[in-house]
Order: sequence, then C-alpha cells, then structure tokens
Amino acid sequence: MKVEETPLPGIGVRKDIVTASGRRIGTVTQRDGETELIVSRADDPDACLASIPLTAEEASALGNLLGSHEIVAQLTEDHRDLPGVNTRQFLIDVDSPYDGRKLGDTKMRTRTSVSLVAVLRRGQVQASPTPDFMLAAGDLLVAVGTSEGLDAAAEILSGG
Amino acid sequence: MENHSALVLIELGAVFLGLGILGRLAGRIGLSPIPLYLIGGLFFGQGGFVELDGLEEFSQIASEIGVILLLLLLGLEYTAGELVTGLKQSWMAGVLDILLNFLPGAIIALVLGWGGVGALVLGGVTYISSSGIVAKVLTDLGRLGNRETPVILSLLVFEDLAMAIYLPILTTVLAGVSFAGGLQAVGISLVVVTIVLVIALRFGRTVSAIVDSKDREVFLLTLIGGALLVAGLAAAMQVSAAVGAFLLGIAISGATATNATRLLEPLRDLFAAIFFVVFGLNTDPSTIPPVLGYALLLAAITAVTKVATGWWAAKRQGVGRLGRARAGAALIARGEFSIVIAGLAVASGAITDELAALATAYVLLMAILGPIAARLAEPAMRLVLRMAPQSA
Repeated sequence: MKVEETPLPGIGVRKDIVTASGRRIGTVTQRDGETELIVSRADDPDACLASIPLTAEEASALGNLLGSHEIVAQLTEDHRDLPGVNTRQFLIDVDSPYDGRKLGDTKMRTRTSVSLVAVLRRGQVQASPTPDFMLAAGDLLVAVGTSEGLDAAAEILSGG
Repeated sequence: MENHSALVLIELGAVFLGLGILGRLAGRIGLSPIPLYLIGGLFFGQGGFVELDGLEEFSQIASEIGVILLLLLLGLEYTAGELVTGLKQSWMAGVLDILLNFLPGAIIALVLGWGGVGALVLGGVTYISSSGIVAKVLTDLGRLGNRETPVILSLLVFEDLAMAIYLPILTTVLAGVSFAGGLQAVGISLVVVTIVLVIALRFGRTVSAIVDSKDREVFLLTLIGGALLVAGLAAAMQVSAAVGAFLLGIAISGATATNATRLLEPLRDLFAAIFFVVFGLNTDPSTIPPVLGYALLLAAITAVTKVATGWWAAKRQGVGRLGRARAGAALIARGEFSIVIAGLAVASGAITDELAALATAYVLLMAILGPIAARLAEPAMRLVLRMAPQSA
C-alpha cells in the first residue's frame, strides 16, 4: 500500500491512498495543524466528495476505529468455535466517566465477566492492558465476553 | 492644528467604518472584498461624490506599508523548499502562463499607443493571478484535497517568484533608468533572490531564531522593523521595496513563520485595505467608462488564456477534463498584485491616467468574475460533456 504525499505550497500537505475500488481517500493537513478527511468522488476521482474537518481527537478516534478492524476480525475468528463468546469494541467518549482514570477503576471483570484484551490509541495497540493503564478519551477498547456481559460493559463505560 | 487632526480622525474613522461595512457585505455574498474596496475608493476620491482631504500623507505611507505587508506575508506563506520544488515542477506551465497572459495586456497597451512602459505595466497586470483570492476560493469550495489543486498552487508559486524578478525590472523602467541601469537592477535582483533562497534553504532556522521572540510585542516590533528596513534598503537599491519584503518572508520559516503570519495577518488586512482605497481614491471614476470596452475585451481574452494555462498544466499531471476545467477557472481571478503593479506605475507618474483606469476596471471585473468562474466551471463542463453529477 503506497501512501502518496503531495505538498500543497502555502497550505500544507495532502496524503492519500487509492483503494482497490479506485477511490482516493486520505487527509489534508494544513499548516496550522487543521486536518481534513478527504474522500474522492466516484465519477470524478480528481475531485472530493467530501472534505471533513477533524479535531485531533476525532482523527485519532477514527484511526483507532479503522486500526481495530483487523484485531477485532482476528479475535472474532479465534472465538468462532466458542458459542456465546463475542468480541466488541468500545470508544471512550469525551464525557465518559473513565476519561483520565485507571482501567482498574472500571472493575470490568468483576462486574461483567468481560475481558478487556486490548486498547487502541492513536493507531497503536496496547495488548493485554494492566489495571493501572490510564484511559483517555479517544481510546478504543477491545473486549471479549458474552453478549449480555458486553452490553453491561458498554453501559459502565458510558455511564459509570 | 487641533482642528486638522480632528478632521483627519473623523475622515479616517469614516473610511474604516465604510470599509468594514463593505467587507461584511462581501463576506455575506461570498465575494472577495478587494473590488468593493476599490469601488469605495472611487466614490471618495478625485472626481467622486465626496472628496476627502488631509488624509493624503497618512494614507500614502499606510498604503505603502500595505504593499510591504502583502508581500511579506506572501513570502511567509512559502518555504524556500516549496519554491524550489515548485519551480522545478511547474516551470513549463509557468512559462506558458507568462506567454499567454502577459501578451494580451502588453499588446492592448501597444495598440492603445501607451508604448513599451505601458506594455510592461499592463502585461504584468493581466499576467498575475491573485494568490489571495485563488487560495480562498479553493478553501471555500472544499477543493484542497482535489488532484488539480497542487497544479494550481505550484503555478501561483511560480507567478509569485516571477514577481520577484518582474517588480525590480518594473521599478527601474518606471524610474526612467537607462537600459544598462535596468540590466544592472535585474542582475542585482537575480543575485539577491538566489542568495536569499540559498540562505533560507541552508540557514532558515538561524534567520528564524534571530527574528523569533516569545514576547509578542518584541516579536512584532522586530518583524515590522526588519521588514520596513529591508524594504527601504531594497528600494534604495532600485530593487523594489515589495520584493525586499517578499524575500525576508521567504527567509523566515517553520514555527516562526506560522506565528509571524498569525500576528501580522490583521495588520496586513488593515493596511492592504487602505492600499486598495488609496488606489481607488487616486483614480477618477469618470476615466473608467471610456476604457470599459477595452477592459471587457481584455477580461474575456485573459479569462480564456488563464483557463488554457490551467487546463494544459492539469492535463500534464494526468488530471481528467473536469479537473482541468476547475484548474483553469480557479486561476482567472486577478487582484492584489495587479493593483500593486498598477499602483507602482501610477505613483511613478510614468503612465497615463487611462492606463490606471483600465487596470482598475480590469481588476474589478476579474476579482468578481474569478470566484464565480471557479464555481461554475465544473457544472458548465458537465453540461458540455453531458454528464450528470453523481452524489457518490
């Protein structure tokens, strides 16, 4: 996969990739750090269907969502033969009570029997995070458990 | 004396308030404020509805500072690296740009009997696109991620560098210096441009570190002091004050340049607005109707030639037909730099009033037409190609 980097003199840098389906997706990062997500049009690959401004937080959350795809697919595959065991991902919201608190504070295992197997932050994977891992808004948690347990986990993470 | 300064303050306040209202109006209808500032100046200048007096001295110096800040910020926008790669990538398109867009202005000036100096001035006016308007239109239309956008931007870079060579030539010619003297000025400016590029490439950090300061006040004073000093020295060497400021802007890079831009932008907007108003003030509106026909003709020709330039440049980069049309139309807008050129010419007294009137009318047309054309190019092209827009 080749990421093409194009300087935009006086404005910033465009980085994009051409997907197998022929669409161009990527980012435009302006000098002042403002980032836009760009998606090319289907009928005119030179032009953009959308250029969506993203805050640093949104960009890293989006990176996590996309980056987690593989790891979740892998885990789902691993658990395919175990009926009742599911894999799900949870995003730590800005207004989540656990933003800035330790993972251990959620008492997830005791309360729901759900295991948190990985945390994704800014495209980096933290496998098997320890209870003193500090959570932050934008983190994506990958959890394994029963579907009831996972529902309960979602409630804990968003509401406390 | 008391009364005089009170009058000046009242007039100045009225002018700024008027400009503020015009700027707001321009923003509301999505136009560049430049044509409105020019029209504002036309209303109040010689031959206009109201004549303002007592403002000359201040407005004259303020408009000169406006030009210096315009060019300083233009230089700050680019890094030396961008200029060099831009030059390498776009020199063929850049040369075509000069040929196609300088010649129409030059030829019309010759036809109208304004001679070689007039041709040099009007050619420059029709050649240079407005980087300010073009960059704003590209951002507003959400085209920063488009494939043709780097093509457009590198053409603008080429044009801005060409200005660094053109302006010193213009100032020497306007000053009526001999041919040998003109060559000397060109030689000096070429050498200076090269030296500044090399310094900026190698020692950009050092230059930035010298100018940089954490204290906003110190930073601002150093910047403006440096810019005015360099501009003044450049002017004394017949290299044009504006070019000196442009080169200083290029030499400053990185975080210092970003901070400098943020700090200077409002100042530039203020002084540049005065510059446009002063240009309008010095133009008698009654001189415009006689040259309006020529302005329209020139506008039509140079709109087509700019589209051709952008079309060709975008085609070379493998951009499709819709993108080529967008690239061409985006370049149509002329604005601040055309007025800078005309302003230098008017100040020197070496050109006729008619030329100034033609330049004003031309820029008024192009600054309004440019953004509209940029918007309409794509639907027009789809119509030609009988292609319906698809939403995804």
